[in-house]
Amino acid sequence: MGFRLLMRQIYKRPMGALSATVLLGLYAIALFADFLAPYPTNLQDLERTYHPPTAVFWKAGALQVQKYALVDPSEARYEAIAGQGTRLQFFAKGHPYRLLGLIPCERHLFQLADPDARIYLLGSDSTGRDVFSRLIYGARVSLFVGLLGISITTVLGLLIGGLSGYFGGRIDFLTMRLVEFMMAMPGLYLLLALRSALAPHFASDEMFYVIVIILSLIGWAGTARVLRGMTLSIRQHQFVLAAECMGQGPVAILRLHILPNLLSYLLVAATLSIPGYVLGEAALSFLGLGIQEPAASWGLMLSQAQDVKVFYLNFWWLLTPGMAIFLTVVAYNVLGDVLSEHFDPKKNVAKDSF
Amino acid sequence: MIAFILRRFLAMIPLIFGITLLAFALMSLAPGDFLTPVRAQRDVPPELIDAIEKSFGLDQAWYVQYVKWLGNVFSGNLGHSWTYKLPVTDLIGQRLWATFLLSLSAFSFAWCLAIPLGVLTAIYRGSLLDRVVSFLAYSALSIPEFFLALLLVFFAAQTGLFPLGGATSIDYDYMSLSEQFWDRARHLVLPTLALSIGSIASILRIMRANFLDVMAADFVRTARAKGLSAVRVNALHVTRNALNPLISSFGFAFSGLLSGALMVEIVLQYPGLGQLMYQSILREDQFVVLASVMLGCVMLVLGNLIADILLAWSDPRIRLEKKQ
Repeated sequence: MGFRLLMRQIYKRPMGALSATVLLGLYAIALFADFLAPYPTNLQDLERTYHPPTAVFWKAGALQVQKYALVDPSEARYEAIAGQGTRLQFFAKGHPYRLLGLIPCERHLFQLADPDARIYLLGSDSTGRDVFSRLIYGARVSLFVGLLGISITTVLGLLIGGLSGYFGGRIDFLTMRLVEFMMAMPGLYLLLALRSALAPHFASDEMFYVIVIILSLIGWAGTARVLRGMTLSIRQHQFVLAAECMGQGPVAILRLHILPNLLSYLLVAATLSIPGYVLGEAALSFLGLGIQEPAASWGLMLSQAQDVKVFYLNFWWLLTPGMAIFLTVVAYNVLGDVLSEHFDPKKNVAKDSF
Repeated sequence: MIAFILRRFLAMIPLIFGITLLAFALMSLAPGDFLTPVRAQRDVPPELIDAIEKSFGLDQAWYVQYVKWLGNVFSGNLGHSWTYKLPVTDLIGQRLWATFLLSLSAFSFAWCLAIPLGVLTAIYRGSLLDRVVSFLAYSALSIPEFFLALLLVFFAAQTGLFPLGGATSIDYDYMSLSEQFWDRARHLVLPTLALSIGSIASILRIMRANFLDVMAADFVRTARAKGLSAVRVNALHVTRNALNPLISSFGFAFSGLLSGALMVEIVLQYPGLGQLMYQSILREDQFVVLASVMLGCVMLVLGNLIADILLAWSDPRIRLEKKQ
C-alpha cells in the first residue's frame, strides 16, 4: 500500500479531500508561521489593548489598513478615523527570523508601511499583542503535540500490545491488568497528577516535551489493548506458524509478519486519536499548567478569554483560538472516518477520549 | 445476581488501592511534602505539625507513608487542608455532592435527549431531521468542553439570562426552600449544557447505529409479519435491544463526564471536586489532591459497577457468562 495510492483514495471522497486539504493547510501555516505572521509572539503595545480587528480598504491604488483612535480607555472602545489609513505592503521587511529554523530571513507576507501603526487582523489581547500572529505561532505547539504524542503512543502501544499478544501467558496477564488500570482512571485527573509530579523537574520552556510525555503516558493503554487483541488473532494464522518453523525470532515475526497486518488499523486509530492530544494540550495550557507565557498555544490564548471584561465588552476575537482547535479536531475526525471507511467499511474504530 | 454484584465489588478493591498508590508515588516525586506550605505559615502551632508528621509518618519512606495514610483513611481521617483550614473530609463532602449533582443532571439530560433523538433519526433515516441532527452531533463531538463552557458564559454575559458561575447566589442562605431549589437549578443550567452536549452527540450516534442494526434483524421482521403496529415494534422490540450495547458504555461515559466536569467546573466556577483538585494542585495542598483523586476514582469505579449491574440485569447472557 503506497502512500500516493492512499492519498488518491482519500482525495476521491469529497469529505476526505476537504479534511486532508484543511489539515495540510494548517500544518503549512504552522511550518511557515514566521513568514505569515506580521509580528513576533510577544510584541506588546500597551496603548492598544483589546483593539478590535482592523478594517482593510482600497484607496489610492493600494490596500490600506484603517487607523483607529482610542475613545474610552476604561471600556477599550476604539473608533475608526474616517479616511485615514496606512498602506499595506506585501513581502516587506519586518522582524528577522529563521525560516524553518534554518534560513535567515526578514521578509514577511505583509507589513505596514508606517512602523507606528499596527495591523490586527483578529484584534489584540490584554497587552496589545496581535492575536492573529499568536494564533499562527500557537498552531505549532497545538498541532505538533498531536503528531509527536501519537508517534510515541503508537510505538509504545505496538511494543507492549504486540509483545503481550504474541507471548501471552503471565506477561500478557500483567500488562492487561495494567492497561485496565490505566483506562479506569479519569484522564484529566491523571493528567493533572502527572503534571504536578513531573513539572518541577523541567524548565518552563521545556513544558512542550513534558506535555507530550504526559499525554503519551496516558494514551498508550487503549492502543495497546486493541493491538494485543489483533496480534492474538493474527498469531493463529498459518503464515506465523510457518515463520516460526523456519526459525524466525519473535521480534522479526512481529515486524515482518504481524505489523503489516496492523498498519491500516494503526493509521485509522492514530488519525482518530490525535484530536485527544490536541485537546489535552489545550486543556492543560488553558489551566495554566501547560505551555507558559510568552510562548503561544491555542489553549493558553483561550485562558485569556476567561476574563469577565471579555464577556461583558464582547471581545469575541479572543475566542478565535477555540475555533482553530475546533477546526483541527473536526478535520482529524472527518479524515479518520474517511480512512476507516476506506479500510473497513463495516467496522467503526472506537475513539480515545480524555 | 447478588453474587455477581459482590464479585464486582471485590474486584473494585485492588483498583482503588492501585490508584491511590500511584497518586501517592506521583506526589512523592514532586518536591516538598504535605507540610511544606504549613511550615511557612506562622499561625500553625508547631505541636500540630509534629502530631501530623508523626501520624502520617512523613519522615519515613514514601511506601511507609502510604501505609500510614491508608490507616488514617480507614479511620476516617483524610488529613487537613491548609488553604481552607478545614479537615479534608468536611471540605470534600460539600464538593463531592456538588460534582455528583452536576454529573447526575448532565447525565440524565444527555440520556433523556439522546435516546429519543437517536431513535427518531434512525426511523426517519435520510430525512432533513436526520441530516441536521447528524451534522450537529458531529460538530458537537469535536468541540472541547471548556470552549463550549466559555461560549456559554459569553452568551450568559451578553444576554443576562443565566448566572455566570457558582452553584448558588450570594443570598442563598436567606431564601425559602423552593427559592433555593430554583436558584440551584438556574445555576446548573449552563454547566449541564456544557457538560452534556458532547455525550448527547456520542450517545445519539451509537443509538442511531444500533437501532438501524436491530431494525434489520429477523425477529423484527417476524414481529412486523405478525401484524404488530410499527410503533409497538419500534418501541418494544427494537429500542430495548438497541439499548443493550449503550448500557455498557455507561461506565465509560461516566469517566468522560468526570473528566469533562473538571474543565467545566473551572470555567464556570462551579464549586465541585474537579475545581477543588485543580486549586489544590496549584497551591500544593497535597492532602486535598490525594483525597480528591481517590474520591474521583471511586466515583468512576462505582459508575462502572452500576453499568455492569444494569447490563447484567438487562442482558441475562452476561450474568451467565461471568459465572462460568
